[in-house]
Amino acid sequence: MPTFVHMTRCDGCGHCVDICPSDIMHIDKTYRRAYNIEPSMCWECYSCVKACPQNAIDVRGYADFAPLGHSVRVQRDEQKGTIAWRIKFRNGTEKNFLSPITTKPCGTAIPKLADVPGPSKEMRDSQLLYSEPNFLRMDDGGLHTLKSNGLKMTKGVVY
Amino acid sequence: MFTNNPFAALFDVLPANTMQIYLILMVLAVIAGTLFDMVHKGSAEYFFINWRKSKSKASQPISAGKMVSIAVKTGVVDVLASGEFCNMRRRIAHLLTMYGFLLYVGTTAAMVFGYPTLATPTPAILPQLWWLGGLMICAGGYWFWFFIRVDVAAEGGSPWRLMRADLFVLSLVISATLGLLWAYLQAVSNVAATALFGLYIIATTVLFGSVVWSKFAHMFFKPAAAFEKRISRANGTAENLPTQTRDDPEQQKKHSMELLRDAPMDMGLGIKREAPRHY
Repeated sequence: MPTFVHMTRCDGCGHCVDICPSDIMHIDKTYRRAYNIEPSMCWECYSCVKACPQNAIDVRGYADFAPLGHSVRVQRDEQKGTIAWRIKFRNGTEKNFLSPITTKPCGTAIPKLADVPGPSKEMRDSQLLYSEPNFLRMDDGGLHTLKSNGLKMTKGVVY
Repeated sequence: MFTNNPFAALFDVLPANTMQIYLILMVLAVIAGTLFDMVHKGSAEYFFINWRKSKSKASQPISAGKMVSIAVKTGVVDVLASGEFCNMRRRIAHLLTMYGFLLYVGTTAAMVFGYPTLATPTPAILPQLWWLGGLMICAGGYWFWFFIRVDVAAEGGSPWRLMRADLFVLSLVISATLGLLWAYLQAVSNVAATALFGLYIIATTVLFGSVVWSKFAHMFFKPAAAFEKRISRANGTAENLPTQTRDDPEQQKKHSMELLRDAPMDMGLGIKREAPRHY
């Protein structure tokens, strides 16, 4: 049930390309519009659907296994701070939801995590965190990064 | 230079009716290309299937008067002001290119048909608007080409990479650039003006002749798509998109919206705070 783009609605802004966590929303070379390059790797997180300012992206089951006409569409309005869902079932029932996505204006109340003290020795030795020092390399120089290994990210997208 | 009709100066080399026939052929090429494109892609067929489906599912039928008012609003907001663009930079670049193209083509036709020879003096305003239109196309076109194109801006692609999607914009800016260069060289009596005129005609022929393969025809399809989008919002279908918003006082009172009761109506920008360039 992957995402697909209505190319007549897409204006090629790139927000879906930017936000896709699987890096599978890219730009078509013939029309310069967005499309899902690998539908089988899409996990329908709806990030692209919500990010699209033109509501050009939709998620729908393939017509051969979900033929009776269903629809799940979402409108994320970050300036109003809401997300709205409109769900149409195959028997015609329709449900509408409207919920907040933030309770404080965006960009405010960002926690200053650097000021929060790290876990104490007691917390590190507890049941929950005992393996973290090992996996996060807390005593071995920190997480591996490209920079720490002398590597450089190649700019751009190749697909 | 800015007050001389560049086409009239050609009359001793190129007869006036040759230029006029060429313009007519270019218009016919656009019409034929657009019609072929519509038949080949089935755009008109799918548009009307969609239209009929939307009409049959409508919860609020639209009167003829309302439809006219929606058509006028589409014309003014979505067509004349390119209102569908959410990004202001893209919108401005599109407006520059669109109005530049209209000015450029309109004044070219006026000069070639109305004042084809030096015997009929061209009003100075026409060449001035021709130059202005050409410069607007170049400003909007090159800005889009190097900075705004999504494969360059959001995917980090090289601005020099060419693909089929670039055919329209590239042929348009090259045609306008070559046209302006030719007019300048002709005004200073440079020998290269003739060669440049040849290249200009080639670029213009590619622009108008490649309608089937390029995005030229979007200028005819987009107004129809914008109108259809407004109609679907007005008739209640809204393309199955949710229509409930926080603006509605009834929605504000709902239990699910309790946490936003005391919050300001403008919560600022979240993911849209930064441009989509995180590649």
